[in-house]
Amino acid sequence: MGSCCYRSFPSSSHLSVIDCPQGFKSPKLPCRSKQQKRWSAESQGASKVFAYYGLRSPPYKLDALEPYMSRRTLEMHWGRHHRNYVEGLNKHLEKNDVMYGCTMDELVKITYNNGNPLPEFNNAAQVWNHDFFWESMQPGGGDIPKLGVLQQIEKDFGSFSNFKDKFVEAALTLFGSGWVWLVLKREERRLVVIKTSNAICPLVWEDIPIISLDMWEHAYYLDYKNDKGKYVKVFMDHLVSWNAAMARMARAEAFVNLGEPKIPVA
Amino acid sequence: MALRPLLTRKTLGLRLPQLRGLQTFSLPDLPYDYGALEPVISGEIMQLHHQKHHQAYITNFNKALEQLDEAMAKGDSTAVVKLQSAIKFNGGGHINHSIFWKNLAPIREGGGEPPKGSLGWAIDTHFGSLETLVQKMNLEGAALQGSGWVWLGLDKELKKLVVETTANQDPLVTKGPHLVPLLGIDVWEHAYYLQYKNVRPDYLKNVWKVIDWHYSSEVYEKESK
Repeated sequence: MGSCCYRSFPSSSHLSVIDCPQGFKSPKLPCRSKQQKRWSAESQGASKVFAYYGLRSPPYKLDALEPYMSRRTLEMHWGRHHRNYVEGLNKHLEKNDVMYGCTMDELVKITYNNGNPLPEFNNAAQVWNHDFFWESMQPGGGDIPKLGVLQQIEKDFGSFSNFKDKFVEAALTLFGSGWVWLVLKREERRLVVIKTSNAICPLVWEDIPIISLDMWEHAYYLDYKNDKGKYVKVFMDHLVSWNAAMARMARAEAFVNLGEPKIPVA
Repeated sequence: MALRPLLTRKTLGLRLPQLRGLQTFSLPDLPYDYGALEPVISGEIMQLHHQKHHQAYITNFNKALEQLDEAMAKGDSTAVVKLQSAIKFNGGGHINHSIFWKNLAPIREGGGEPPKGSLGWAIDTHFGSLETLVQKMNLEGAALQGSGWVWLGLDKELKKLVVETTANQDPLVTKGPHLVPLLGIDVWEHAYYLQYKNVRPDYLKNVWKVIDWHYSSEVYEKESK
């Protein structure tokens, strides 16, 4: 259940409704965790139970982001696109249950296969990306981060507005479908803005994503048509969840030492 | 003495772009109304696609070419190389969409009529039947991850028809220098989202009703000589 390392956002996400994709035999127990261990048919003797990944709901109602992201967009984007990725992933993994033992993060890295992605990568990564994206937004979002995140942004970008400019520029200069990320680079120990194509996510380079923005056309076309600039501006001003970013940074600091060690002087 | 050549070179460099008359590209007109392809492709999509998306590619293409011109005049090779991706993307977008508008025709003007003559015969030879070709292109188009195009092309060297996909706005020639595009279908989401939402296979199934095979036949006959 604690399978999502970088997304432990203070929400009752593990208690949220998990949509069971059609056509799969769901166990009688209420779905509490994202994965279930696979029980062998022989030991149980009963009907086969298949493990599967579930579709996780966003931590807010589908109309909670109005008027910046319409309910219709959420219904399509989450209800159809994200759901299709989950069902596609489950279909793919039907034949290869070794991968069911993985957490989502591990699955993304394994299927990326060091740059030679396996066919499951696209679905796995997009499931992860969309989970991360919903949690990167909140009703009443926007504004600026506080405390540690703001400090780190000012340290690595000079100022918050400089970071914002870089983020917007990356979003508008992305060719084709992809994502824009604020990411904490593990080796360099600093925050950077990066853009990735299609389904690629910074996990594959062992970096720690802090927030993301979906720049696939389906993310904004219904609300903003071709006006990408407006969509990105609205995201930065009204949707981005700095609360989520702060939680993720706090978590990241367990893995990346951002400060100077405080060595006490005797 | 040494100063004068320097001065003239500098002023020449400043004036050359205008003297050379940099070619700028402009949005081609559609040979039909925006609403003429209904109900297969809505007028709203056609208008946005043509006036906003294609126009944006052209605007950015011209901008990139202007910057390239300046970089070449200054001898700035870093800038020249850096501009290549913007030129490929925006230029490709202009090329691909210009072909796309010609690939489409309203039903009452022959859209959807199956190809006859040499192209029809070539399709039957290489794919078995038109239905097989359509199925193949639909499959490849639906399976394409992200944004791109699905093409029916003529390989001039091997003298055969091929089905290819390209990512983003890469023109067909990036898949092979001898490939000539006969028919391209835009599978970027902006091409169908407002009408077909995420059901790309439905869009692909229906778009054949407005494909102008006459244009493809003309190109085929010209290029296969």
